[in-house]
Amino acid sequence: MSDIIARITLPEAARRGEVVTVRVIVRHPMERGFDGPGLTPVPRQILHTLSVTYAGEEVFRMALSPGITANPYVEFTTLAVETGEMVFEWQEDGGAVYRRTAQLVVT
Amino acid sequence: MRRRSLLALPLATGPALAQTTETYEAAEQSILAGRMPAPTGITIEMPTLSENGNSVDIAIRVESPSTRADHVTAIHVLAEKNPIPRVASFTLGPRSGRAEVATRIRLATTQTILVLAETSRGQVHRAAREVIVILGACVDGG
Repeated sequence: MSDIIARITLPEAARRGEVVTVRVIVRHPMERGFDGPGLTPVPRQILHTLSVTYAGEEVFRMALSPGITANPYVEFTTLAVETGEMVFEWQEDGGAVYRRTAQLVVT
Repeated sequence: MRRRSLLALPLATGPALAQTTETYEAAEQSILAGRMPAPTGITIEMPTLSENGNSVDIAIRVESPSTRADHVTAIHVLAEKNPIPRVASFTLGPRSGRAEVATRIRLATTQTILVLAETSRGQVHRAAREVIVILGACVDGG
């Protein structure tokens, strides 16, 4: 766990009940496991799941495939319910888990 | 020999989208699970022509009241001619506020992109878009 570079974009503050857009980009090659003439085969290694919890509940989940670009980007929305931590968790092939948090201030 | 040992490595410890041999048709049928999709309610924003299949922006919006009783529970993206047709699945809920997602995908070649959205009431919505890809994302030309 731990080593991953992620940029999470959230508004600095939101009103209760407001729909907030969350943008997440993470540095990762999303290795598809290519094999072909003249290539050195490498095993597939992608981030296969991103889950996001906020205010005690999972609010978003994405299942990724090798068909998602390197440095995967995702945008989704969530209702601002209370000031708290949003926890982003990526699961990588092979079992590694990376976690990042972001704070959402709700007024 | 080194090549063989690498190929023999297990792909993963159980990723959510592990059905690598699943065809495009089978993936759609599996999501529909016998339900008849409604051809309305989904907007796909995507370039009609993409220069580079390695990164194609896609934004999806599903019309929904987004209430506890009636909301979108899942959005699936399928690519007809990709080696793995199930590109992504998003799980949403009543706290999503809106049913809107965006990401960037790899496309092997010119093809149809299919989006299926499931609701908490058991309905499925379906929309498809053609995309022309100039330079595919696959080494073998897809």
